[in-house]
Amino acid sequence: MIKPHRNQPLWYAYILHRISGVALALFLPAHFYILSLALNEPESLDSMLHWAEQPIVKFAEFGLVFLLAVHLFGGLRLLALEFLPWKPGQKTFAAVAVAFAFFVALVFLLRAI
Amino acid sequence: MLSIKLYIAQRLTAMLMAPLVLLHLGVMIYAIQGGLTAGEILGRTQGSFFWGLIYGLFVVALSIHAAIGLRVVIYEWLGVTGARLNWITTAIVILLLGLGSKAVYAVVLS
Amino acid sequence: MANEGKTIKVLLSRGDNSNSALKEYEVPAKESQTVLDVVTWIQRNLEPDLSYRFACRVGMCGSCAMTVNGKPRWTCRTHVSKVMDGDKTITIEPLRNMPVIKDLACDLNEFFEKWTKAKGHFIPTKTRDDQVQLISPNEKARREANAGIECINCGVCYASCDVVENDSSYLGPAALNRAWTLVNDVRDGGKIERLKAVTSEGGCQSCHSQQGCTTYCPNTLNPTRSIAGLKKVAAIATLKGEM
Repeated sequence: MIKPHRNQPLWYAYILHRISGVALALFLPAHFYILSLALNEPESLDSMLHWAEQPIVKFAEFGLVFLLAVHLFGGLRLLALEFLPWKPGQKTFAAVAVAFAFFVALVFLLRAI
Repeated sequence: MLSIKLYIAQRLTAMLMAPLVLLHLGVMIYAIQGGLTAGEILGRTQGSFFWGLIYGLFVVALSIHAAIGLRVVIYEWLGVTGARLNWITTAIVILLLGLGSKAVYAVVLS
Repeated sequence: MANEGKTIKVLLSRGDNSNSALKEYEVPAKESQTVLDVVTWIQRNLEPDLSYRFACRVGMCGSCAMTVNGKPRWTCRTHVSKVMDGDKTITIEPLRNMPVIKDLACDLNEFFEKWTKAKGHFIPTKTRDDQVQLISPNEKARREANAGIECINCGVCYASCDVVENDSSYLGPAALNRAWTLVNDVRDGGKIERLKAVTSEGGCQSCHSQQGCTTYCPNTLNPTRSIAGLKKVAAIATLKGEM
C-alpha cells in the first residue's frame, strides 16, 4: 500500500522515473543480444523479428516505447528543474511528460499494427 | 554513495542522450511500419559512419547512466554499500559496454 | 453549539521505538479545534504521562510537528476538521524518520546535527567595526535567500522525505535549504567550504526531487528548489575545479 504522505503527484512521477529506468536497464542486455545476432546468425535475428510480429509482442513493445519515452520526458523535466531557473507548476510538467510519452507510444503502436 | 562526480556524470550522460533517445524513438516509429527485417535494419546501418557514431555514443552514455542509476536503487532499496556497491556498479558498466559494443559492431561493421 | 455532545475518535501512538502501539481515545469535539488541542485534552484529562512537545501554539516555534493520518503536519495550526477522514477517526503518531523517545516526542538530535554538517551557520567576513553592508532586497541572490529563510525547524520536510528514510547519511531538506540561503548571502565567507559540505556523503546530489518536503512544508517553503540550486552551483563549481 502506498503510504499517505507519498500520495502526491510528484512522488508518482518519481516512482515512474525509477521503475522505467530499472526496467529499461534490465531490457538492454536482451536488446543488445538480439542485435548481435546480426553478426553470426542473421537468420536467428530474422526469426526473432518475425516472432515480434505477434500482437502480444507488439503490445509489449508499446510498453517499452512508453517506458523509454516517459524516462526521456521525465528526465528532461528533472534536468530543467535542476539546471534552469525554477518554474512553478511542477505537477503540470510531470503530467505533460506522461501525456507526451503516452502519445509517442500510441503513435508507435498505431504504426506497428 | 552518490558522489558529486557520479551525479555530474549521470546528468551529463542524460543531456547527451536526450537528443539520441528522441532520434531513436523517431527511427522506431518510422521503421516499425510494415514490420522489421534484418535486411532492413542492416541496410540502414551497415558501413554507416553516422549510425556507428550515434549508436557508439549512445552505448557509452547509457552504460554510465544506467550503472549510476542502478547503483542508487541498489543502495537505497537493497541496502548494498561500500566496496560491494562499487564492484556491482563497475560490473554493470562493463556488461552494458560489452554487450552494447558487440551489438553496434554487429549492425554497423558486420 | 453545533458540536454539543459530539466526540472524535482518536488513535494515539503510545510507547517508544522498540514498543509502540495505537491506543484509542474519545475526545469532545469543539469548534475550530486543532490537532494539538486534541492531544492536550487527552494529556490533561486521560493520560497525565502522555509525552509530546509544543511551545508557542501559533506556528512560530516548530516544536509540535507530528504525523496526522499518515501525513506530517504542524499540529497547532492543523484543524481537526481539515484532516478528518471518512470514518471520523484521527490517527496521531510521532514524526517519521526520527527515533521516538516516548509517545509523540521524537529525538531531533540527528536532524540538528545535519544542520551543523551542512554548515548551516553564518561565516562572517566583517567585524563590528566595519560599516553595515547595504544589500538591496531586489538582488537576485538576496531574493533566493529570502525565499528559504522562514524555516522554523519543525522537521516536517525531513519526516516526509523518502531519501532520508532510505539513506541515513542524507542531510535532508531543512539542512540543505538552510545551506542554500547562506550560499546566497553575499556577506557570508564560507561558500566553497559549504559547497564541499553539502556535496559530501549524503549531500544535495542524493535528492530525487519527489517534492514531499515542498508539498508538506507548513510555511510553504520550497526546499526542492533550494536543493536544485545547490546541485547546479555545486556541479558547476566542481567542473570548474573550484572545489
